[in-house]
Amino acid sequence: MSDAPTALGGRGGSRTFWLTFSAPLVWIVAFFVIPLSVIWAYSFGRTLGLTEIAITGTLDNYARVAEPVYLLIFVKSVWFAALTTAICLLVGFPYALAMTFASARGKIWLLLGIMLPFWTNLLVRTYALMAVMRNEGYINDALEAVGIGRVEMLHTNFAVIVGLVYVHLPFIVLPLYSALDRMDRSLIEASLDLGAGHISTLFRVVIPIVKPGIYSAILLGFIPALGSYLTPDLLGGPDSQMIASVIERQFKRANDWPFGAALSFILMYLTLILMVAMAIRDRRQARAQEQAA
Amino acid sequence: MSKKSEIGPLDYARRLPLQLWVGVVLAFMYLPLISLVAFSFNDSRRTIHWEGFTTDWFVKLAGDDSLIEAFVNSLTIALIATIFSVVLGTLTAIVLWRFRFPGRGLFDGVITLPIVVPEICMGVAMLVFFGSVFPWPRDLPWPFDLGAIIISHITFCFPFVCVVVRARLASFNREMEEAARDLGASEVRALWDVLLPHVRPALISGALLAFTMSLDDFVITFFTAGPNTVTFPVKIYSMVRFSVTPEVNAASSVLMLITVLLTVIGIRLQGKDVASLEG
Repeated sequence: MSDAPTALGGRGGSRTFWLTFSAPLVWIVAFFVIPLSVIWAYSFGRTLGLTEIAITGTLDNYARVAEPVYLLIFVKSVWFAALTTAICLLVGFPYALAMTFASARGKIWLLLGIMLPFWTNLLVRTYALMAVMRNEGYINDALEAVGIGRVEMLHTNFAVIVGLVYVHLPFIVLPLYSALDRMDRSLIEASLDLGAGHISTLFRVVIPIVKPGIYSAILLGFIPALGSYLTPDLLGGPDSQMIASVIERQFKRANDWPFGAALSFILMYLTLILMVAMAIRDRRQARAQEQAA
Repeated sequence: MSKKSEIGPLDYARRLPLQLWVGVVLAFMYLPLISLVAFSFNDSRRTIHWEGFTTDWFVKLAGDDSLIEAFVNSLTIALIATIFSVVLGTLTAIVLWRFRFPGRGLFDGVITLPIVVPEICMGVAMLVFFGSVFPWPRDLPWPFDLGAIIISHITFCFPFVCVVVRARLASFNREMEEAARDLGASEVRALWDVLLPHVRPALISGALLAFTMSLDDFVITFFTAGPNTVTFPVKIYSMVRFSVTPEVNAASSVLMLITVLLTVIGIRLQGKDVASLEG
């Protein structure tokens, strides 16, 4: 890449440069940077009338987030996302392990097995869960048949967690698989030869080696789970609201755009901080590997 | 290896507990979807018990004008958004691959932002933008009334196309372009005749990706759409809110079939592309 011409000068590159650069630049500025900047500005504003907003530079909207009601929702969102990630990790790790040690054909099938639902529309997947978990769904039919009786599942926090796990499992399995697949198998053999059992090999050899992959999996599951809108909206009840639901309410029903804008930016900052942390970690790790090689 | 051979120490995939685990995970992932599709063929209004096979619900869908309208809207939006996304995504990829310029890192970062920003944030940003900064006229003739939705879709789709095209550009041999230039082609001509054929497979898979994402999108559309413009996912959402009915099952099955089919085609094309590189 070092021989890439610069935009200024180079091999008559200037005209071609502007020809290729102008359209994407204009688009991203007009329809992404400006919309985001507008709500960023609104987050420091105050609602005057129905549609009028004065940007006063106030920090009140951010301060309001510290009110117990909203703080609780933030804590709950983080808790839901963390619980989802933990369950996905527990459920997904053995699956990724099976995938790693399967035959070439088996790998493809197991990969397809986890990806096919992932490609299905999110709304459709959520609806499928609604049908299964509702009062007349099979789970309740089965519970009644064995004599336990029907349990209200839909529109509870339980349903939200199930839905979040259902949706985010592929996000966790894929990075786990890619980490496990790169691992040197002779290390497992060595551990087994030296007398360790399978379980202790798993905890003392495999998991420490694939730890970076586990961290990526955690972030890749946690970030989208934190911003979920549809799952808590359709599967949850009145007390399962997450950040996204509160943001939606400010913009649609409550009509308090400045506060909604502040909430969205807090969610965005959280996401970006996690992303940057991940990028820094990846880079540091790549450098460490380079030095080791 | 015969099936009956002894399980080796590393044959974890053939150990019973792990196989059971995989089975349970797959059942958890698939049973809800399978039953959703199955009950869209069930000859009963109440969707609990199997009463016999019927395609009535699909026939009913085909006769539902508002649903068909939403479906046509979705396809139109996806088609236009795909065309724009492929052009913008490819231009972005070429600029980032070919040129060094002040602010390149910043541009690269901003371009990837639509991929990582939570959907809800982008949705509300678009709501505010089209609501107060750049009001999109509500009463335009079709398909111009879909303009706001199309613009938002292009914004979140083209960075993905850019990622796909960039990956393909990495394998381009710069000497080919230089040879074309030495033979007298202008720079634009060289890009068009030499570079573009090389990235064509990425353009196709990028286009399929953009089309699928646009067709699938609910959250951003939900915030951008005016009261009179409805897309297929938004329509399904409004049906889902009311209750679980065989019609919703049928509509969901249609959407599921289309997106999975498109993705599988995309993956196969990409697989062929990889195979032709290796072979």
